[in-house]
Amino acid sequence: MFSTTVTGEQFMQAIIETIQMVGISLFVGSLIGIPFGILLVVTRPGGVLENRAVYAILNPVINIVRSLPFIILLVAIVPFTRLIVGTSIGTSAAIVPLIIYIAPYIGRLVENSLLEVNPGIMEAAESMGATPFQVIRYFLLPEAVGSLILSLTTATVGLIGATAMAGTVGGGGVGDLAIVYGYQRFDTVVVIATVLILVVLVQGIQSLGNTLARKIRRY
Amino acid sequence: MLEIRNVYKTFTRKGITIEALKGVSLNVEKGDIFGVIGYSGAGKSTLIRLANYLERPTEGQVLVDGFDLGEYSASELREAKKNIGMIFQHFNLLESKKVFDNVAIPLVLLKKSKEEIRQRVTELLEFVGLSDKAGSYPSELSGGQKQRVGIARALATNPSLLLCDEATSALDPQTTQSILQLLKRINAEYNITVLIITHEMSVIQEICNKVAVMEEGKIIEQGSVLEVFGHPRHQTTQNFVKTVIQNELTASVQQSIKAEHGRRLVKLHFLGESTTEPVLYEMVRAYDIKFNILFANTTEIQEKTLVTMILQFSGESAEIGKALEFLEQHEIGIEEVDANVFDHSNR
Repeated sequence: MFSTTVTGEQFMQAIIETIQMVGISLFVGSLIGIPFGILLVVTRPGGVLENRAVYAILNPVINIVRSLPFIILLVAIVPFTRLIVGTSIGTSAAIVPLIIYIAPYIGRLVENSLLEVNPGIMEAAESMGATPFQVIRYFLLPEAVGSLILSLTTATVGLIGATAMAGTVGGGGVGDLAIVYGYQRFDTVVVIATVLILVVLVQGIQSLGNTLARKIRRY
Repeated sequence: MLEIRNVYKTFTRKGITIEALKGVSLNVEKGDIFGVIGYSGAGKSTLIRLANYLERPTEGQVLVDGFDLGEYSASELREAKKNIGMIFQHFNLLESKKVFDNVAIPLVLLKKSKEEIRQRVTELLEFVGLSDKAGSYPSELSGGQKQRVGIARALATNPSLLLCDEATSALDPQTTQSILQLLKRINAEYNITVLIITHEMSVIQEICNKVAVMEEGKIIEQGSVLEVFGHPRHQTTQNFVKTVIQNELTASVQQSIKAEHGRRLVKLHFLGESTTEPVLYEMVRAYDIKFNILFANTTEIQEKTLVTMILQFSGESAEIGKALEFLEQHEIGIEEVDANVFDHSNR
């Protein structure tokens, strides 16, 4: 009952693939998502760069992408994935939809973090004659940094969940291992092991995020 | 310095229009410490936000040093704001930055050199008495210290006008005192004009030389603090003055008053010159009347003495009339008090 056909190497391989997928899509997703979040805050009515058109387009687009379950997004954008990375299977093919999945999510989280910044700070910035860019750079972002780290932590945990579905396109990773070996071949040990790995991973990331946020805030 | 000309401001939220300001005009002159007082909702917050265009007037003009802020482009307006410092009720400091960096921010925005910033910030922290707190975070400071940081930050760019938005309303009385003294010093030593909005008459009494009283989006009374405290005309102003100067009869005295023929109850306001001369003595010598002092109070405002007295005169009514005229000639404010209000024996 406690025997398994999966080797330790396979486990390592799966963990590396998960970390790869999460790492790359988090990085690229942040590059897209953070500016989206900032744009949502500054272009909204009353924002420092109020712009009805930008806000009216960006806001629903993010909602639309966010309303698609990842598994559907994954298959729906196969042609696009193939265009970008030249293939629709494998780890790199999984990363494209992961980015598209996480970028708007990060955008929304960043928006929430920035909206938490005391409006009085923005008023002070405005009273000093700060340009909109200076408001973002010297007031909005520094004041939100702690909260932004927590947001990115949440996004990372969300990404780990999404990578479990990457197996659909042969993306590999820990979640794939659990489905292919554990579920489809009734290998209970693999299921338990992957669950443990995921729990440890998520716990680790969450505590790292919490610690970092606390250190940076210092208040 | 700062002139607000017939300004109207309306806000529209969810289809409901609120008229925050209805034709407000005021003129703050160089060197003034100008106070605007009013209850919450009177429009004073909106008014002070006009002075640096955090709010734009719906109608009317805001002139700083003779230039209409409304005619500036966005970048010219940002430039003009560097000449206007502002401090806030809740300080609005960056919680993520140390005291030093908070004070430095306006200079960083101006892209000043590190050395210049270090020098100026050190100087400012010394001025506000926080040299030892440069490395602290705002969360480690008391309310009064936070406001000092706010003041240092507002002064960083050497403004000629300082706007104080309920700057002491979140502080205890003692801390309020020390912040007010600091504002007074700023006014005197740096020759910075100060505009203060507050709901505390004691703030006005303590440091302002001019005052405007606001109610429902309008200025109902304005003038020198001495004038307004000496002769508050409007009911709201009288209520505010009452909070700092006791000028009403005490309850037990009120009960003893009887409305009798040949007696007149008069409230007198002595201001400036008239307080140093024996006017009452001369009055009694010149006219055949008697008087009884029911109430007297002395207050100091703007280093001048304000005396309020309530006298009950008795004698020939023509003679009393002449005596009152004599007092008026000596620039003593006269306000008749209706004794019937107090006399319960007639009811």
